[in-house]
Order: sequence, then C-alpha cells, then structure tokens
Amino acid sequence: MNAAVQFDTLPERAETQRGLVVVAMSGGVDSSAVAALLQQQGRAVVGLTMQLWNQRRLPELQGDGPAQHRCCSLDDVYDAKAVAQHLDFPHYVVNFEEQFEARVVRPFVDQYLAGRTPIACTNCNTDVKFEPLLRMARQIGAERLATGHYARIRRNHQTGRWELLRALDDSKDQSYFLWGLSQEQLSRSDFPLGELTKEEVRALARRANLPVAEKPESMELCFVPTGNYVQFIQAYSRERGISLQNAEGEIVSENGDVIGRHNGIHNFTIGQRKGLGFAAGKPLYVLSIDPEKNRVVVGEDDVLRKTACEVEGVNWISCENPSAQFRAFAKIRHKHEPAPATIVPLDATTAKVTFDAPQRAITPGQAAVFYKGDVVLGGGWLR
Amino acid sequence: MASLMNRVYLDFNATTPVEPAVLDAMLPYFSAEFANAASIHTPGQRARAAVETAREQVAALIGARPQEIVFTSGGTESDNHAIFGIVSSSLTSFTSSTSLTSPPHIITTAIEHEAVFNACQALEKEGVRVTYLPTDRQGLIDLEELRRAIRPQTVLITIMHANNELGTVQPLEEIGRIAKEADVYFHTDAVQSAGKIPIDVNKLQVDLLSISGHKLYAPKGIGALYVRGGTRLRQLLYGGHHQRGFRPGTENVAGIVGLGKAAEIARKSFAEDARRISALRDKLQQGLVQSVPQSRVNGAAAPRTPNTTNIVFPGVEGEALLIALDLKGLACSTGAACSSGAVEPSHVLTAIGLPADEARASLRFSLGRHTSPADIDFALNVVPSAVAQLRELSPTYRKEAAIL
Repeated sequence: MNAAVQFDTLPERAETQRGLVVVAMSGGVDSSAVAALLQQQGRAVVGLTMQLWNQRRLPELQGDGPAQHRCCSLDDVYDAKAVAQHLDFPHYVVNFEEQFEARVVRPFVDQYLAGRTPIACTNCNTDVKFEPLLRMARQIGAERLATGHYARIRRNHQTGRWELLRALDDSKDQSYFLWGLSQEQLSRSDFPLGELTKEEVRALARRANLPVAEKPESMELCFVPTGNYVQFIQAYSRERGISLQNAEGEIVSENGDVIGRHNGIHNFTIGQRKGLGFAAGKPLYVLSIDPEKNRVVVGEDDVLRKTACEVEGVNWISCENPSAQFRAFAKIRHKHEPAPATIVPLDATTAKVTFDAPQRAITPGQAAVFYKGDVVLGGGWLR
Repeated sequence: MASLMNRVYLDFNATTPVEPAVLDAMLPYFSAEFANAASIHTPGQRARAAVETAREQVAALIGARPQEIVFTSGGTESDNHAIFGIVSSSLTSFTSSTSLTSPPHIITTAIEHEAVFNACQALEKEGVRVTYLPTDRQGLIDLEELRRAIRPQTVLITIMHANNELGTVQPLEEIGRIAKEADVYFHTDAVQSAGKIPIDVNKLQVDLLSISGHKLYAPKGIGALYVRGGTRLRQLLYGGHHQRGFRPGTENVAGIVGLGKAAEIARKSFAEDARRISALRDKLQQGLVQSVPQSRVNGAAAPRTPNTTNIVFPGVEGEALLIALDLKGLACSTGAACSSGAVEPSHVLTAIGLPADEARASLRFSLGRHTSPADIDFALNVVPSAVAQLRELSPTYRKEAAIL
C-alpha cells in the first residue's frame, strides 16, 4: 500500500462558487452536525453520501433482519437525506463502490492474508474520501470538503505548510487515521468538529433538531457489518475464487518447536492471546506471523515488547522530508498512548523508529504516527 | 441556491408532469364521482362508463380494440404480467405435449428496461431459458440473429419498442413478422414510445404491449397492457372479477380516466409534438457536440424517439456532471439509480459496446411537450462550461490531453 498517493494539484477555477462547501455525510450524528454548523455559519452546503459497499454482496454474511446503523446501509443513506431535508440543502448519493473495493477492501483482505493487520479507515481517508470524493466536491463547484473527523487543520504561516493537529477532545481524536493526507488534500479540507467534544456535538445536533441527534455511534468497520473480520475475509476470498479451506499451518514457539496448529494466519494478529492456551502456566501471545512458512510464532508477554521498528510509505505533513533524526512521540495503534522515540529518516518514504522504552505488540500493517505536542509530523506503515 | 433558481427539466423519459386537461378530467373521480366501477348502482355505473371511455381512448392510441386493454399499476406490472403470464400459461397448456419436454425459452435483448430484464432473470433462475440478443453500436438488434435464436421451445419474444436511455427504436414490424411466422407470442415494452411515435398493434403484429401513464402526461401508478384477443395469458394477481378477472383489484378510476385523457391528447398532438420537439432535440445535440470537444451522440445513426439524446462527454464522471448541472438548475440523467440513489453504470450503454468509462461519461437529455427554445438555450449555455470544469479537474482527461 502506498501512502504517498499522487494527488494531482488542482488548479484554481473561475467557476468555483465562493463559500460553497461539500459535507461528506455518513448519516451519523457527527457529519450531520458538521452540516448544521456550517449552515449556521452562513455557508452554502451541499451534502454528498458515498455508496461504498453493497451490504447484500456477500449473502453468507447477512445476519437475520436488516443491518442497523452500518455505513452504506439504506438506513444511513435515508438518515443523511432526512438531515439534508430538515436543513434544506441539496444532497446526493454518489457511487464510489469501485474505488472503495480497489483501494480499501481488497488491500484490507490481501494484507490479512499476508499476515498483517491493516487499518482500512486510513486507506479510505487517504484514497477515497480525500481523493475522488474531494475531487468530485471541487468538480461540482465547491471550494472545500468538510467531514465529521475529530482532528484540526491549520496553516503554519512561518513554513507555509498545512498542519494536522490532534482533536481537542482527546478521547475522540482521529488524527491517527489521517496521517496520509497531502498538503493539497489538507488545504481543501475542513474538520469543524476538531474543537468540540462529543457532548458538544450531540448538544449542537439536538439544538438543530437533527433527526439523528440521538443516533448511537457506529463502532465497527463499515463494510464488515457483523464485526467478524475472519468471516468477511473468508467470504470475500471465496467470491474471488480463493479457498481458505487449506490455510492450516503450524503454531510454533520462538525456537521453532511446533506446539499446535492454526486454521489460517488471517485469524491472528500480533499480541493476540485468544485461543492459544498456556505454556508453563503463563499465557501465550502471538509474537509474529510468517506468511512464507504459514506459521504463527507465539511466546510470552515480555518477548512481545520491542524497542525498534521501521515504517514505509511515510508521509510528512508539517515539514518537508526531514534530513536528520528527531525526537517525537510515536503512536503505533489507535488505542496506543504515544511514547517518546527517536525517528531516523532512511530515505524519502522510510524511517526507523526507536522507542525509549519497549512497546507491546508493534504490528505490521498498522501505522506509526509521529506527534510533537498536538501536531502530527507525519506517519508511515509499520513493516 | 439551486432551489431559488429557475429549473430547466430535460428528463421527460424519467417522468412527465400531468397535463392540466388530464388533471381536470381526473379530479371529479376522487370525490364527487367516487363510486366503485364494479358496483351495480347508478354511481357505480357512472364510474364504469368513465373507465370504459378511457379504455376506448387508450385502445385508439395504439389501434387496438377496447376489450384488449387491461389497466395495470404501470409499466412494470404490465411487463411482468406479459412475461410471467405467457410463460406460466405455456407451462400449463403444454405439459402433456412432447414439444415442451424441455423448459420454455424466451428471447429478449441486452438493452431492455429492468422491468423486463429482471423478470427474465427471475424466470431464468426457475429454469426458463433466456436468449439476450446483443445489439450493434446503435442499439439495434440483428433480425437474422433473432431468426436464428428461435427454437421449438420458444414461447415469447419480448423486445422493447424505444429504448429509455438512447431513444433508439427497434424494427418492430419486422420482428412482428418473424414472430408471426414462427408462431411465437410477441410482447413489446412501449413505455417510451407510446404517445411519442405512431403505434399500430396490427401493423406491428404485437400480441402484448406495455404502456405507462406517467411517461405520457398521465399520473404515476397507472398503466395498461394490450393483450391481443385469443392470447393465452395467465393472470398475475388473484382477487375479484374486475377487468374480466384478468387483473383483479378495484379499478383506479381517476388514474384510468387520466390515462385515457392523456392518450386522447397524445393521439391528436404527437405528430405536431414530434416535429417541434425533434427540432429542439437536434439543436441541443448539435450545439453540444459542436461546443464540447470529443463529445458524441450515442445511437445517433438509429431511428430514435424525437425527444431523446444521449451524449458521451469523454473524461467526465457523469455522476459529477449531473450534480454540477443540477446545482446550476438543469435536470437530466445518467445511468440507473440504485436503491440508495447512487448511480450504477448503465447496462444499456455497455451493451451497445461503450467502454465502462465512456458509459459513465454519458448523459441523457430527454425533452417534452413543455420544453421551450429558452430551455435548450439554457442547456447549451451551462453544459459546455460544466464539462470543461470537470475535465479541468479530471486527472485522466488531462493525461489524455497531454498525450494528444
């Protein structure tokens, strides 16, 4: 996966409607509140809801009854439409199924099958929301694209660069998923919720009488309605004619002793404990996944902690490619507390990260994102 | 914004407004003349008379006899009734016959409306064999290919009259002759042609023909199926004895009266309408092709309905262009809307051999009885600049331009 996506520099257009802003609307309370907020500020708003994935496509994943509160479910599309009707601005559903599959779903499955643990939301942001959707927003005459992300964007007038910052509400911060954005993408984007807490957003939605004000939050990955990734990977692979029936392999200890069998490496992620049992009374964890030998290597918790790692596909946001090593806080998964580290750039798109103290379960396929205070310096994919 | 602007509507193939005279004819039947047309009493007889007048008016539009007209809920029901009705009556009437020991066979085309296409697909799942005739680049089928496709098991040929996306008109007279020679029932979906071009069911030798009210200035939710006398057609719905038991359900008297009135107006005005509308359509299409580099008309060399033009603007996402134009106040259409309202690539345009990117880059403009020269001028004013803006922001188009 290439984080440094080529985004064509978009020329200024005489026909751009001044102040017109497109809001990417999922049908949830956050993006709906963005639309209300921008409208209250006097901006002309157009809502676009992306049709990303056909929930009926893999019938074996259908539970009983209609899927509730999933992205791309008709309910969510109707919710977005209801908000647009309530606030009286134009709204359209746009089809990005092809791009979503090519740039998000297929890489997600391929990564799992290669023994890695991908982050689909980052790809979706970098390669779908802030690429073809942003382009469409500009094509229909909007200056900017606003989303319901909890993060902040600001212009650094000394460097002239657009910077990405953590949200003020740390518990909702989504900057970890946005490190792939280019200067061009950041310059055209608005994250109006970055200064607000979730409670304030809900209060805003209630004050605006939005029909989604009390809608619960969706936590699952949008295209896996059941939340069961393994099942999804199997169903999607079957559709592509790839059988995972013979994906069985060995579970080995650090020194190569076979201690059990597994039913496919896509069932495992680094640091996972479930289903592995104990050795000498101590719980076992997945240490690494070897796709070549189709092996899962397990060991005790202390071996899971490592100090150094490398990242690829690096995107620098707040600075040009750094030439020298620097100190920063690095975050290696969504729920990870950023830890102090030294980052040594190896070339334009790779870097070595050395933490001051060992970190648990550094997982290939996840991202390392570098922070200085609230500012996202950049990030890259863990190798 | 857009809601404050004057809107120009060039999407009459999607639907038409109810003609004021049609509405006037309908209004009494909602309240003053509310009776059930199946009732024996005097008010019921008045409603019955209104229904039968409408039946005559619809029959007159297509050269049929009134008793051959069945009122339905619209084009989709008419198509389903014809297709399922013919196939299932062929099963019940021939089960003992040797000619049908193998499953029945239907011939249709690759460019049918979903109401026909998906009905055929559903039957295919139940074991019925279906041949989907390909078309040429203009959207026309090959009559020789049709002839070759007929088998002893063929029970139905269902081929649309005018295509909804391209406006291309199939050679129904020749198809009717072939069907007659082979002694196979012939159904046509005439939803996009009725009221726009002349139809004579006897000249065309069709056995079944579908009409939709809202495509010819009658309301939504009313349609008709022409069933030639003597056709063995099983009913789709079961209920009371309305419409000779062919189509039970209390008659939608107001809708039926509206369809009748609309058919009468169309019969009198379509020649004049066609002359005026086709001149405007030609002006629009020539103007766009001249002012937008690389644009072309899809299906231009085929006979077409007078009101439709489908234009490909290479390097553009039709979905984005449609939205950009809507925000400027021009309503037209692209592809097919799926259940969420998003646009899916058109199976019609891919079937006539357009690559996927060109199918996505195509827009349909369909004019109507109320389209004015000023509407066309407006479209000629906004479309070229909108296309230019989209192309400016399209990475693929700029790459192509760089290569050229």
